[in-house]
Amino acid sequence: MTTAPQQYKKLLPAISGETRPFWEACKRGELLIQRCAKCGKYQFYPRGFCSHCWAAEPPQWVKASGKGKVYTFTITYQNRSPGYAEEVPYVLALVELEEGVRMFTNIVDCKPQDVHIGMPVEVVFRKATEEVTIPYFRPAKP
Amino acid sequence: MDLRRAAAIVGVYEHPTRYAPDKSEQLIIAESIIGALNDAGLEKKDVDALFVAAMPPGITGYGLCDYLNLYPRWVDSTNVGGGSFEFHLSHALTAIAAGRIQCAVIAYGSTARSGGVAVGTGGATRWGQARIAPVPDSFEDIYGTTTVGLYAMVAQRHMHEYGTKPEQLAEIAVTMRYHASMNPHAMYRDPITVEDVLTSRMISSPLHLLDCCVISDGGGAVVVASPSLARSAKKKPVWVLGVGESIAHQGGGWRDLMEMAAYQSAPQAFRMAGVTHQDVDMCMIYDSFTITVLMTFENLGFCKRGEGGAFVSGGRLRIDGEMPTNPDGGGLSSNHPGMRGIFLLIEATKQLRGDYAGTPRQVHARRNRSEPPSIALCHGTGGALGSRHSGGTVILGRD
Ligand SMILES: [Zn+2]
Repeated sequence: MTTAPQQYKKLLPAISGETRPFWEACKRGELLIQRCAKCGKYQFYPRGFCSHCWAAEPPQWVKASGKGKVYTFTITYQNRSPGYAEEVPYVLALVELEEGVRMFTNIVDCKPQDVHIGMPVEVVFRKATEEVTIPYFRPAKP
Repeated sequence: MDLRRAAAIVGVYEHPTRYAPDKSEQLIIAESIIGALNDAGLEKKDVDALFVAAMPPGITGYGLCDYLNLYPRWVDSTNVGGGSFEFHLSHALTAIAAGRIQCAVIAYGSTARSGGVAVGTGGATRWGQARIAPVPDSFEDIYGTTTVGLYAMVAQRHMHEYGTKPEQLAEIAVTMRYHASMNPHAMYRDPITVEDVLTSRMISSPLHLLDCCVISDGGGAVVVASPSLARSAKKKPVWVLGVGESIAHQGGGWRDLMEMAAYQSAPQAFRMAGVTHQDVDMCMIYDSFTITVLMTFENLGFCKRGEGGAFVSGGRLRIDGEMPTNPDGGGLSSNHPGMRGIFLLIEATKQLRGDYAGTPRQVHARRNRSEPPSIALCHGTGGALGSRHSGGTVILGRD
């Protein structure tokens, strides 16, 4: 029996040991970031060590509130990569989480023209494949 | 060790092509090296170091030594994106000062245009098959990053924090096109207006088509020599006065996007050179996008953070302005074969030597308008401001 062709055309994240907890949490609807027990600083993107102090102990995974603000963004009108070319215009953004670290994302569930810097946003998860769920952000509900 | 004037650029060559469908990248590199050696009055046997960076993964130091049939004693394939060649000059300076080599060749060649490489908008697949890594690509490229988009996010933030206007960015593009109109090899030479820039297609807001560099084929080479060899070369030496290198990145998620690598590389270069901003007669600033130029001036310290919009306005960057910048037309109008840093060194050298004397393209010294410039600053940027990038500052001076 053959499986159905993959519907998801965009890039899928490559998952490794040091990032697997993040992607597993996404499947549960949780956004995880890392905090170092030694220096106390948060970091994003996740790594298998603390990039701030290079502590011997790996950083701890902590659940982020999932709320933040648009730090900056762009409405992309041209991207020649398959999957993205069909989706333009879309909003590529850096969101500053309440915890302070910034992450790349897309702002979804609103018109691109309505996005502005400082806009409160909240995380939303979308299943890409059976194995992968990806976090996005949408305008925060008041 | 005082590295000032420990090495000189003695030969340069900019490949005139902007479209070369029948040439390999390697051939463009070879033709550029031969051209630069001819310019210097030196020969293959004089070359004892090779510095090269290129876009295709296949072109590295050892592959190119094979192609060139060269056995150098020093090989450096440092690749930090489009600004690699400023790093190469910095490394060549150190190698020459240490007495390890006498004569280095720095070279680049590319067929980005004839190869149909969507440099700025190809997304993760721009070099062919997308190769996504667990970190950081899996946290960035999955959202549809493009090179233009990464710069555009920084431009958007700059506008938000400082009120920088699209018109100010546009003036940079207009100035570069004006300069290109005097360069017979430039890819685009017809004048444009601020209005033309603002009404050109939006690629990734707030950057329009004409805020973005061209995509061309091309290449170039620079010959760097020890002082003793430089004295015997055909052309007047252009001395390396100061160099600085830096990388800026996301800092674990905390970086101030307004701070470029130039903020760290520029003080290194100025300190080594022993000159001030007021001594600089002209600049060659990597202009992948208009925002790159505006923010580079801020981070180099020519104006305060947030004042870049005003700095680039009012014709200051024109050949006849207070800070002539990219008199070749830059990446925005002359050429951008994927990586452009080598051309900053080439044009600055030609201007310092007075190669364009008697034509409108010749820049003049600030203190004596009948002379060519005394001091030029080149700043190469590689990578993308919005994620991670390199910055190489080079200060050059003539006798
Ligand atoms: Zn730590």
